[in-house]
Amino acid sequence: MLEIKNLDVHFGVIHALKDISLTVNQGEIVTLIGANGAGKTTTLRTISGLKKPTKGSIIFEGRDISSISPQDRVKMGICQVPEGRRVFSTMTVLENLELGAYLRKDKAQIGKDLKMVYQRFPILEKRKKQAAGTLSGGEQQMLAMGRALMSSPRMLFLDEPSMGLAPLFVKEIFDIIKSINQAGTTILLVEQNASMALQIAHRAYVMETGSIVLSGTGAQLMQSDEIRKAYLGG
Amino acid sequence: MDNFLQQVINGISLGSIYALIALGYTMVYGIIKLINFAHCDVYMLGAYIGYFCMTSLKLGVFPSLVIAMLACTIIGVLIEKIAYKPLRNATRIAVLITAIGVSLFIEYGTMRFVTANVRAYPPMTGWLAERFKIGNMTITAQQILIVASTIVLVALLQFIVKKTKMGKAMRAVSLDKDAAELMGINVNSTISFTFALGSALAGAAGVLVGIYYNSIDPLMGVIPGLKAFVAAVFGGIGIIPGAMIGGYFIGTVEVFVSGYGNSLYKDAVVFAILIIILIVKPAGLLGKNTKEKV
Repeated sequence: MLEIKNLDVHFGVIHALKDISLTVNQGEIVTLIGANGAGKTTTLRTISGLKKPTKGSIIFEGRDISSISPQDRVKMGICQVPEGRRVFSTMTVLENLELGAYLRKDKAQIGKDLKMVYQRFPILEKRKKQAAGTLSGGEQQMLAMGRALMSSPRMLFLDEPSMGLAPLFVKEIFDIIKSINQAGTTILLVEQNASMALQIAHRAYVMETGSIVLSGTGAQLMQSDEIRKAYLGG
Repeated sequence: MDNFLQQVINGISLGSIYALIALGYTMVYGIIKLINFAHCDVYMLGAYIGYFCMTSLKLGVFPSLVIAMLACTIIGVLIEKIAYKPLRNATRIAVLITAIGVSLFIEYGTMRFVTANVRAYPPMTGWLAERFKIGNMTITAQQILIVASTIVLVALLQFIVKKTKMGKAMRAVSLDKDAAELMGINVNSTISFTFALGSALAGAAGVLVGIYYNSIDPLMGVIPGLKAFVAAVFGGIGIIPGAMIGGYFIGTVEVFVSGYGNSLYKDAVVFAILIIILIVKPAGLLGKNTKEKV
């Protein structure tokens, strides 16, 4: 479904991504793990079109999207939940969700999707008139995910969804990610919480200082000594 | 007492003009964090376009107002496309200096075509020449026109910003550009739209001022522009209701200083207020002090 080939990204003279290649197949949850500053977020931002690559290609459903606008990528079914949630804080929960469906014109289907999002996150319906900035961190994460689902994505990109959340919420968020995937959405998950991510992922890539250093199924990587030492705390 | 109420009426009329201009400053600042110095010149161009509609084309007040607004919309969008868009990723100071350049260019470019002479707006006739007496107070039909137009335009603006898809996109972009882009919002066209709205309001203010004060010149935008900017800062720059409150406040203060004190001091008082706000509440009346994230 998504194939990244030999991707290079620079910030000025800094070589942030070096020859990244990765594949995500339809229906999978693939996770990208690695330490802070490894280039995980940059990879997602490049896929979404917020950052231009210097070299390489991003093939989504057979089409090279590396030079089209972020808007066109959203239209094709790519949606990213950014790191730190980035909800529109002074706008209401409902307005945030409506903005998720910004490019869609099928009113009837949007209404159905809104119901589906409320079903998945009942707290959002309870708080729909409230300003998004007044929600708790976990609720904001749900809103950010609900907002992304409103674009009816074929593939969802999640950047650190567990960041800064209470352990109870982390578990809940991961359960939700799993169920979104089971409902048919392909997912690329960037995480620092490697153990949780590896548990739900079909496959995983490990990044270190701008390169992919290891890949395999979630189970394989959980067994790997290197990974256990570096990311799973022994 | 009557004199006091009379000053209030005059203050509200003048404040409406400042509010209309201040809205443009504040919306543009909200979305691209730029003090658009050329905004006051769009207001001046609006006054001239209205003038030529009424004199050369012999159009009525309302058609002239609408044409001036439409023309200013186009001018505002062009200014953004030509001067500011290429600098989207430049430092803020570069864009700011460009804005000053655009402002001077429009002022002296306009002078080249219409000369620096002051022109008189055609005298109003019919109902617009009416004056209404209530006790010792006088309300002119022109004041009613100004206040009513402002109310209608601001209500329309509120509707656009709060209820329409484009308005929601505007708010989203001003809150978080990247997140808005991830939702598929076209940031560039949203910025153009913001300039369009602000410029239309400035164009309306230009025509209304021409009708009210009867004289226009190519540098007429400079001082009202600065005061409208003070109004926007007073209310909290980037906040739409703040610009309204600031506009009416500055307008009223100015009229009261002229009425009860000395009209020579009116500008000094307005800028003294700016200094006090910047010391006491730098984010403005409705603004929240936010810490810059590093």
